[in-house]
Amino acid sequence: MKIIDQFRHKELAASLVRQIHQEAKGDYTFMEVCGGHTMAIQQFGIPSLLPPGIRLLSGPGCPVCVTARNYVDEAILLAERTGVLLATYGDLLRVPGSKGSLEQSRAEGALVRVIYSPLDVLKLARENPHLQVIFLAIGFETTAPGNGIALMEAQNQGLKNFFMLSAQKVMPPAMQAVVQEGSGVQGFICPGHVSTITGSGIFEFLPRDYGIACVISGFEPVDLLLSILLLIRQINHSQPRIEVQYARAVKPEGNLKAQAVIDRAFDLTPSWWRGFGTISDSGLAPKPSLADWDAQRVFDIQFQEKEDEGLCRCADILRGSAKPFECPLFGLDCTPANPIGACMVSPEGACAASYKYQNYGR
Amino acid sequence: MDDKIRIGHGSGGSMMQTLIREVFIPAIGNPYLEAGGDAALLPFPEGALAFTTDTFVVNPLFFPGGDIGKLAVCGTLNDLAVVGAKPLYMSAAFLLEEGLDIRVLKMILASMAGEAEAAGVPVVAADTKVVEKAKADKVFIQMSGIGQVSSDKRHLSSMEKLVPGDVLIVNGSIGEHSVAVLAAREDTPLLCPAYSDCANLTGLIEEVWPFMSGIHAMRDLTRGGLATVCCEMASLRRLGIKLREEEIPVLPVTESFCELFGYEPYYLANEGKVILAVEKTMAQDVLKIWRAHPLGKQAAIIGEITDLSPDEVILHTRIGGKRRLIPLPGEQLPRIC
Repeated sequence: MKIIDQFRHKELAASLVRQIHQEAKGDYTFMEVCGGHTMAIQQFGIPSLLPPGIRLLSGPGCPVCVTARNYVDEAILLAERTGVLLATYGDLLRVPGSKGSLEQSRAEGALVRVIYSPLDVLKLARENPHLQVIFLAIGFETTAPGNGIALMEAQNQGLKNFFMLSAQKVMPPAMQAVVQEGSGVQGFICPGHVSTITGSGIFEFLPRDYGIACVISGFEPVDLLLSILLLIRQINHSQPRIEVQYARAVKPEGNLKAQAVIDRAFDLTPSWWRGFGTISDSGLAPKPSLADWDAQRVFDIQFQEKEDEGLCRCADILRGSAKPFECPLFGLDCTPANPIGACMVSPEGACAASYKYQNYGR
Repeated sequence: MDDKIRIGHGSGGSMMQTLIREVFIPAIGNPYLEAGGDAALLPFPEGALAFTTDTFVVNPLFFPGGDIGKLAVCGTLNDLAVVGAKPLYMSAAFLLEEGLDIRVLKMILASMAGEAEAAGVPVVAADTKVVEKAKADKVFIQMSGIGQVSSDKRHLSSMEKLVPGDVLIVNGSIGEHSVAVLAAREDTPLLCPAYSDCANLTGLIEEVWPFMSGIHAMRDLTRGGLATVCCEMASLRRLGIKLREEEIPVLPVTESFCELFGYEPYYLANEGKVILAVEKTMAQDVLKIWRAHPLGKQAAIIGEITDLSPDEVILHTRIGGKRRLIPLPGEQLPRIC
């Protein structure tokens, strides 16, 4: 843990906080796009250290938050079929669909297994040849290479009972949508792990076309405080550009091997995002050559996505046009134990992170 | 004797008698149990009776640092110890799945017997049921315990003496039980091994009995972890709790595990950790005594009771920030990335 300790160094953090207080002039609106950042910011109590003029919004980078309710509904319908085993990451388990969650289906006897790696799903498929094993693949560029390897391995091994139901997404189009929707975001804390895969180039259009400040940040408190300071400086000097604070992990060109896997396994497709609707070229679907392992094709699933009805304001929150406590359900009807909106489910969700934190954030 | 549990072993007939005679009695027998009545007759102690019950299910049955038998005995003893009770008797009911290897049952019983004997607390009543294959998962154990609470310790369970300024002390690093069990269950390769902290805390707790006048609350940190227990303490007495992240002992293996899976150590389960609230003037003495005990070497003062934020537990983070800790809502879920 020695390396991490340097990035959690108390004095270093305190000196960055002092510098932020010195250099911040007036109001700033920043968005941390990635759910991992949302969580780290809350985990270390960063908002309690910032000047009141700095507003941190949580963006559309929490995978379960942006995934359509209808995706959960279809997953539940699949899980309820006999002879089907559903494999999912833990986050998705409690996300409410129209009528219940996968956790409830599991309690009623559906075969739903939490996995930690897409390769676990291949193992499940091999060990359960009598079952159709369906992997719920959600997430962004960070998880897509692993998912792609699982998909291509299924083809290589000739597995007839492995399927992927993809709602995978890519980040830049959603960030563009955030800017175009007029959320007032002046600077992005750009997703660190996504950038390790893609490289820093994918965000270049943001400063160039929209004048938005961008810092690709790591996930430790010193990383995040330094990134906030760098954003303040870019804005103070009217020099929006891409800076890589997370240089220990992010190379300009990214991870070429992982990019090649994504290119071989998936095609860009239109994809639906909670808060934004359908965004072109923002989803990743298995290539036609891998159609035999694509659950959407094999089980003939039509997603009919629409925004959730009711009082839940997840959509506004993901767009950056509302803070969690501005939702009428927040903390009352909607809590981590009994979530109504997706943003309250994942620990990465803006609402779940804010709930933990109520009196000490803004 | 068969080598697998069969339905007949729970029938009440001669197969069951054989199982009791050859497997249970040699391991956990004592005059109360062997009297064989429908209920054990026990001398009645003075003071208040502490009575606790718990059901133990764990997958896998054997994990680094413990097993379901040790867990059941220690869990029962600890629940008694933290309310100030001197544990006297335990009961155990076993729900066995048809087909269970009797060697496995014997190993579990040997482990229970070892812990019970070391604690000097007999299992005075026991029961066995067998259910069809797949109607239960190998072995479930239901345990109850009775202890005696003297009048100077009756305030512990209600925490009625808890006041702002009381100092919170934990007897060691948190979260290892969850890490050991999850790592064993998921077959997660860890860089260094994780051992459950499963332990009988009665000895450790009895060490601080001389300070009972200043000890205002005590809880064992089981499911829900440190955060959930602190939240319960705060809301029970409508007081605030301040915890200092830097002071909370967490082993590097636990920290790495949490990094990997997106967990927080404050929510991980423990089976050998206890938190107590003590008057400030006695805090250093209690800490010194615990640190001299094998189960308290890493004991630390981690925070205090406040009147600043009633019902709330505030964690002062290692970089100087503040945030709330809320009770664990459900199962901790591993994150996608």
